[in-house]
Amino acid sequence: MKLVDEYRDSDVVARLAAGIRRTATRPWTLMEICGGQTHSIVKNGLEALLPPGIELVHGPGCPVCVTPAELIDAAVAIAARPEVIFTSYGDMLRVPGSRGRAEGPAALLDARAAGADVRVVYSALDAVQIAAANPGRQVVFFAVGFETTAPGHALAVLQAAALGLENFSILVAHVLVPPAIDALLGSPECRVQALLAPGHVCTIEGSAEYARLSARWKVPIVVTGFEPVDLMEGILMAVRQLEAGQARLENQYSRAVRAGGNAPARAAVERVFEVTDRPWRGLGMIAGSGLALREPYRKFDAVARFGAGPEPVQDDGACISGLILQGLKKPHECPAFATLCTPEQPLGAPMVSSEGACAAYYHFGRKV
Amino acid sequence: MCLAVPGQVVEVEGDDPAFLRGRVDFSGVRREVSFAFTPEARPGDYVLVHAGFALTVVDQEEALLTLEELRRLGEAVEASPETAEEAPTP
Repeated sequence: MKLVDEYRDSDVVARLAAGIRRTATRPWTLMEICGGQTHSIVKNGLEALLPPGIELVHGPGCPVCVTPAELIDAAVAIAARPEVIFTSYGDMLRVPGSRGRAEGPAALLDARAAGADVRVVYSALDAVQIAAANPGRQVVFFAVGFETTAPGHALAVLQAAALGLENFSILVAHVLVPPAIDALLGSPECRVQALLAPGHVCTIEGSAEYARLSARWKVPIVVTGFEPVDLMEGILMAVRQLEAGQARLENQYSRAVRAGGNAPARAAVERVFEVTDRPWRGLGMIAGSGLALREPYRKFDAVARFGAGPEPVQDDGACISGLILQGLKKPHECPAFATLCTPEQPLGAPMVSSEGACAAYYHFGRKV
Repeated sequence: MCLAVPGQVVEVEGDDPAFLRGRVDFSGVRREVSFAFTPEARPGDYVLVHAGFALTVVDQEEALLTLEELRRLGEAVEASPETAEEAPTP
């Protein structure tokens, strides 16, 4: 496929690996933020091409993984209502909430097995179409995601408003990357020396926030794509900065990311959503790290419509996903990994999501 | 969740920006996509598509330039005999 195959060219990857080996004179710890990048790194075996001192730790960039258990509980409760058609991306269906399966449906998939009308959609606009086609039913869309996904969800609300749909609402679980990075880099346990910033988030938001983070914490940040060539080049650019004692923002993903991001997409998000505090599963409350519907679009809020307010809950003790999402532990260091916790019977969301670090290690057999 | 796939624009239609739609070809598979956020996209352009939305028009010139540079990476080093043993091993 054009603009994909070229970025998987093994000769170019090998040249970049050699470049990293020539450049690195001592150990460095880098974090890739986005779960999509984690999967590409593990799937393509890129860590094996790096010199032993260059370590990659995996970041919290998996929206499914950081959606609080109480929001999954709220989703399951709303989905169980007879008048509701509950729509979601497929990733969310297996993620368990706070309840054990013995107490009733834990995940949306369990709710569906118990008779709830839960449907997987490819796009939020599909949910709007379902609402238009089913005026007698309440259609709820589970709006999970980072900055990449928020514009589409904003547009779904704007379309529903334009069409006068009174049977469409969204359950908002939106999170923002920069506040989480800020919290992570400010933690006394943080050992990350450079960051690969999430390329697709930056197609929307641009790179200004990441330039500020780089200056504030004096770490190199490289906006990076998702193919093997992108990731190896991003690592090389970060290692060059580290070796030269620099800390600035660079853009590896220049074919897709402009400094100012995508103006119409940002305008749609700004019109529909406002910034709010939000708890992250495994990480806790992070100020200003989420989105909520703003007036006059609050009538599209599923929590307001169904009164199924999320109750804060404690996470399961056996799962160490909080440490994994902060890059403090690797998936195979969890005692439950691949024994008590598997993609079929997950204890934590990183084992479920196609972007979760635990799922990547499980599927691609990385144990060390 | 933030996965985005490049595809080639086949056509874009509509007047209201919020409802701008079109079709994108992904190696022979065509899908309907919203162009609400990339109204500048034209047939033949490559766009990155995420969850049914074209997020950005890929700058093909920039892409080719980067690739050309990377294909030459390390050539100066490999050409000098004292570092030849550092040549990449796949």
